[in-house]
This record gives sequence, structure tokens and C-alpha cells, in this order.
Amino acid sequence: MSTTTDLIEASATSLLRFATAGSVDDGKSTLVGRLLHDSKSVLADQLEAVEHASRSRGQEAPDLALLTDGLRAEREQGITIDVAYRYFATPKRRFILADTPGHVQYTRNMVTGASTAELAVVLVDARNGVVEQTRRHAAVAALLRVPHVVLAVNKMDLVDYAEPVFAAIAEEFTGYAASLGVPEITTIPISALAGDNVVTPSATMDWYGGPTVLEHLETVPVTHDPAEDVARFPVQYVIRPQTAEHPDYRGYAGQIASGILRVGDPVTVLPSGRTSTIEAIDALGQSVDVAWAPQSVTVRLADDLDISRGDLIAPTDATVTCSQDLTATVCHLHDRPLKVGERVLLKHTTRTVKAIVKDIPSRLTLDDLSQHPAPGELAANDIGRVVIRTAEPLPVDAYADSRRTGSFLLIDPADGTTLTAGMAGDAFAETAEDAPKSTPDDDGWDF
Amino acid sequence: MTEDNPYALTHLDALESEAVHIFREVAGEFERPVILFSGGKDSIVMLHLALKAFAPAPVPFALLHVDTGHNFPEVIDYRDRTVAEHGLRLHVASVQEFIDSGQLRERPDGTRNPLQTVPLLDAIDKNRFDAVFGGGRRDEEKARAKERVFSLRDEFGVWDPRRQRPELWQLYNGRHSPGEHVRVFPLSNWTELDVWQYIAREKIELPEIYYAHEREVFARSGMWLAPGEWGGPKDGETVETRLVRYRTVGDMSCTGAVDSDADTIEKVIAEIAASRLTERGATRADDKLSEAAMEDRKREGYF
Repeated sequence: MSTTTDLIEASATSLLRFATAGSVDDGKSTLVGRLLHDSKSVLADQLEAVEHASRSRGQEAPDLALLTDGLRAEREQGITIDVAYRYFATPKRRFILADTPGHVQYTRNMVTGASTAELAVVLVDARNGVVEQTRRHAAVAALLRVPHVVLAVNKMDLVDYAEPVFAAIAEEFTGYAASLGVPEITTIPISALAGDNVVTPSATMDWYGGPTVLEHLETVPVTHDPAEDVARFPVQYVIRPQTAEHPDYRGYAGQIASGILRVGDPVTVLPSGRTSTIEAIDALGQSVDVAWAPQSVTVRLADDLDISRGDLIAPTDATVTCSQDLTATVCHLHDRPLKVGERVLLKHTTRTVKAIVKDIPSRLTLDDLSQHPAPGELAANDIGRVVIRTAEPLPVDAYADSRRTGSFLLIDPADGTTLTAGMAGDAFAETAEDAPKSTPDDDGWDF
Repeated sequence: MTEDNPYALTHLDALESEAVHIFREVAGEFERPVILFSGGKDSIVMLHLALKAFAPAPVPFALLHVDTGHNFPEVIDYRDRTVAEHGLRLHVASVQEFIDSGQLRERPDGTRNPLQTVPLLDAIDKNRFDAVFGGGRRDEEKARAKERVFSLRDEFGVWDPRRQRPELWQLYNGRHSPGEHVRVFPLSNWTELDVWQYIAREKIELPEIYYAHEREVFARSGMWLAPGEWGGPKDGETVETRLVRYRTVGDMSCTGAVDSDADTIEKVIAEIAASRLTERGATRADDKLSEAAMEDRKREGYF
């Protein structure tokens, strides 16, 4: 029987969004299945359905991959065609897992999953060690600025649980990921099949003194300190009740993209450059003195300015330069290539403007971080540098400073298709500049 | 607040903030949005979030109820009180009217849940709704786990999972052509337990059938169904009085009650936390029709 105190404690857990990445045979489905199963997040009727489906396919043991393959085509073909989101909880934390397909041609899905993730789990097979695909996954995590990366060295049972095997892989991966600027790397030896170090500590790897995968997921810090970030508040919607009770209420509704807002802060509205002071903050029905990312709030200003959806409110002492010229790293998502000269729509925070692709100076080979110059176009799954001219000046931060105000989408103006995901500014953290470059005739990467 | 970080948000605060952001994006980008409202707990939470998102202004959307004609009277009563209390506009799309006019035929099994798609698409078309909020959660069912927050539907209301737009960061793309519409799921990332914890935290009133009460029921296909004009009990099915409650609320012909003595929200949360059955597995007959029942209905335009 639960008490009211339990109820309150249960609802005060934190939320971690994370993504998994792994090649087809690295055992990602088994890891996900074990995390869900051993954390008791698979319920009896789901398991029964999986057992029934496995039996009808002639399989003896329940195929845990069937838990995660939701669509008819996926079950029929035994493949995963899209990102799926899974939910599970422990008494300490709630988890949203972006389960991204491992097939090489679906790298855009890892980009999608990583865009909202605070942690990425990269799986490798202990027998194979760090392979090309591992480097791609690390590079995508670095590119998307995922704050925490876990290397799970799987199938330790197939290398006799040998510490030197793990240590060599961990060292190679950590060196590579650190060169990309990944801020925090944790390496864990596991056997997803046998259950070692996934939810329960391994009985056979007493040389390993670190956390299990689940322990790490439960304890990794979920938010970095918003006090370290400059405040950014994109205006989503203007709330004007114009009722007898609130005749003069004019509030700017939005989700704080980064940093902290305080009543009394001097602010500048972009792109107009007009200034005012925060008079009040309404946090969903409650008046507060301070609010921070990612809270959804309504802000009122001391002066009556002309502000609408798409404007950005920023501290007067830390504004952002508005520009019509944007250089960014993009991941092209759509099967139709992105070409120089193409006219598109660009969605940045709450503003959508016309834009033109002025140049595609390079395409990036993620395996070795080499640049393939002037490719002319980017195909689906390609990552490249682009130069974009927008019809109106936009307050775009570097993606390195803000995942929220440094990211954008390119959209097809004809049918609204999402074409490309963009990250403004430099691709990798500075240390990546020292990474080895490969031969110029490299034909890019093909996943 | 959790942990040592004074700026950490609880998971309910994070989910609430995200859902409010989704509501405001739709208000900022669409012409004629509408909230699907069934009187079930998910749509009630959805409406509560919409009220908070636009306060102190009224919710800038109307409600749309797809009425199967076999609703629980407590739920219809709740719906009408809620609409009056918040001064909302309510559209009703009636399955019964479509049957009476010959546009729909009753199914041999008496289940009206799959019949809701036609009146729903008709109402969307006639009212030119361009964004339709649904209370669907990705934890409910494996086809729903693949659903986007903004889900584009073509002029026939069809969902094609292979043609979904990738969704990155919090940049939702609501672009659509005339005749198309977008289904929007602000509760995508919530679980059943989150919904109940939020109901408890926000002290949201629900229709009383969510709490344990004595009710006349009869057994069919392993579920307790409520007798009624919809077609039960049949010969050989015996009505008995049991202490039950509902985990979901929908059409009486396919929504089962569960044995329960949870008559307070604390007891309900304890019961769900300990349950070994999913919400739909326990109480929805229509999802048991085939392995891909939900996916197939969604492809046709179901919510």
C-alpha cells in the first residue's frame, strides 16, 4: 500500500533522455530488451505476445527484438525502419530511450535520436573492437554535442571476460572520442545476453569496479547548470486575454531555450534591438521571480514593445548578432539531394524564413573526419558544411553554445518535407582540428 | 527539485513544459486546431495542459468528441460539465448518426471503436481542421511507439509510417498542403503512470468510473463488460455485481473493467505501479483482434 509520501517521492524523480547506437550484430536489441526486462518494464501481456509471435515463427526462445519492432513491415522483414521511443523507470529516474536502428543507411536516425539525447550508449562487439561504425557513432554523438557518451563493450562472455581485451578497446575509443571533443566518456564491459553489468553487476568480471549500465544511467547528471549558459527566450505566442479581468495583460509565451531569466533583468528583443526589463514571469499559473531552461513560461516586459512569434528575448549584456549569412554543419535527411542554389525554408526556434543554399564547401567523412571538398550536393545521410543566405536576419547562436538556438531545419517550400538538420558554427570542438585528414580522393561516406 | 542541482526539473515538470511548448507551437502555426476530447484521462490531462499553456487567456481551440453512441453516461456528463465550466466550444461527431443514415454499417461483433474513423475524418474535413490534438501516448502500443509528435496525414487521413518526417530537437514541422492535416500528440512521452501522477499532483477531477465502484458486469473474452443497449449480455452470459474500476474509458462494447478496490488516487497509482498488465492489454478488446490492429486502424486515419 502506497502512502501520500511515496506518491510525492515517486513523482519527483528526474528524467533522462538517451539514445543507443550500435551496428546490426552488436547486440543492441538484446541490450535494450535486457534493460527493459531486468528493470521490470516489460509487462506480462507484452511478453506473452512476444512469446506467442516467436513460437509462431518457429523460434524456441522469445525474441526480445519483437518488443521493439512495432510495425508490420518491421516484423515481417525482421528489420527496424525507424527511430522508436521506449519508456522505462526505476525508483530513481524516468528514462526516454531513443532506440535508433543500426543499419548503416539509417544514420540520419541516429542524428534524430541524438538531437534530444543527454547521453548516448555506443555498443561495440568485444571480438571486433573499435570499427568504422563505432567511429561514426562517436562522431555523430560529438557533432550533436551529446553531453555524455557511454561505450558499452558487449559480448565480453565471448572473450572469456578478459580485462586486457576491454582495456585496449576502452583506451582506443576514449582517445578517439576525446579528440572529437566529447566531454565525458564512460566505458563499461558487459554481456547483454548473460546480463553482466547491464542491470546487475557481473560475477565474473571482478576486475571491473565501475557502475553497471543502469547505475550509470541513474546517476549521470541530467542537466548541466543553466547558470553557465546565456539566457535565450524565443517568443512562441503572444497571450492577450483582453477580458474584463485582464484588460491589459500582454505576455510572451515560450520555452526558455537556455540559461536563467529573472524579474528585473534588462533585456533586448531581437532582431529589432529594442530594450526593456522583465517585469514578471508566470510559470504556468504561478508567479515566480526566477525561471530557467527548459521551463515553459510567460514573460511580461515593463515596456509596451511590438513583439511577435519568432522574436528572441535575450539579456541586454549578452545578446546575439543577427545575420543573414549562416555557416553550419548539416545532416541531410531526405532521399532527394540538397544542391547548391536550392531555395528552401529555414526553421530556427519559432521563426521560419526563406533561405537559399549558397555553397556546399565540403562533405565530411566521419570515419576519419576528412573533408571532401566541393561535393556540389549532399545525398541522404551525408554530413557536410553549408553556407546559407536567409531572407531576414536571424539571431543564431553557435550550436556549441546552445543546442536549442544553434539548431535549425531546412524545409521544402513546395510540400513541407523536412530536408536537412543544421547546426550553426564549427562542427567539432577545437581538439578535433588536430584529427588526421585522409586522402583527398576519398569518396565520402556512404551510409 | 531533485538531486543537488537546484535547477533540475522533476520528470513531471519536464513533461509538462514539453507538452505546453507543443500546444503553443500549434497555436502559433496553425489556423484551425481542435482537441480530440473523449472524457478519458488522457484527453482530460491534455485539456488541463492547454488551459495552463494559454492562461490567463482562454484555450484558443475547440473540442471534438467522436461519440460512438455507446459511451458511459458518467463520461458524457463529465464532458458537458467541463465544456460549460471553461466556456469551450464542443463539436460532436456521432457514429450513431452515420449508422442511422446508412453511411456506416454496424459490425457483427457490435464493436463500434473502429467505426469512429469515418465520422472523425468527416468532421475534420467539414470543419477544415488543420491540426488535431490527440491524447495518444507512445507507451500505449507498439505502433504508437513509432508515432511522431507532429504526424502528417494526407487528404484521406492516412498515416504512412515510412513517410514520416524525422523530428529533431524541439523543431516541429507543421507544414502541410491544403486538404492535409497534422495530428499532434503532446503526451507522446508520457506513460500511464506519469498521467496518474500528474492527475494527483494537479488535483484533476476525473469521471468517477476510474475509481473502484460496484457495478453490474458480465464476462466476455476474458474481460468484464458493462451491460447495455449496445448488445450485451448475450445468451449464456451472466450479469454479476463486482467491485471494479476502468483503466481506460472508451466505447462500452470494447472497454473492459478491472477488478479493483482502488477507490482513491493513491490506491490507483499503487495499483498501476504494481500491475503486470499494460493498460490496453488489460482492457481493450479491439487491440486483441490482430498483432497489427492498432497500426492498421491508424493507417486508416484512427487517432
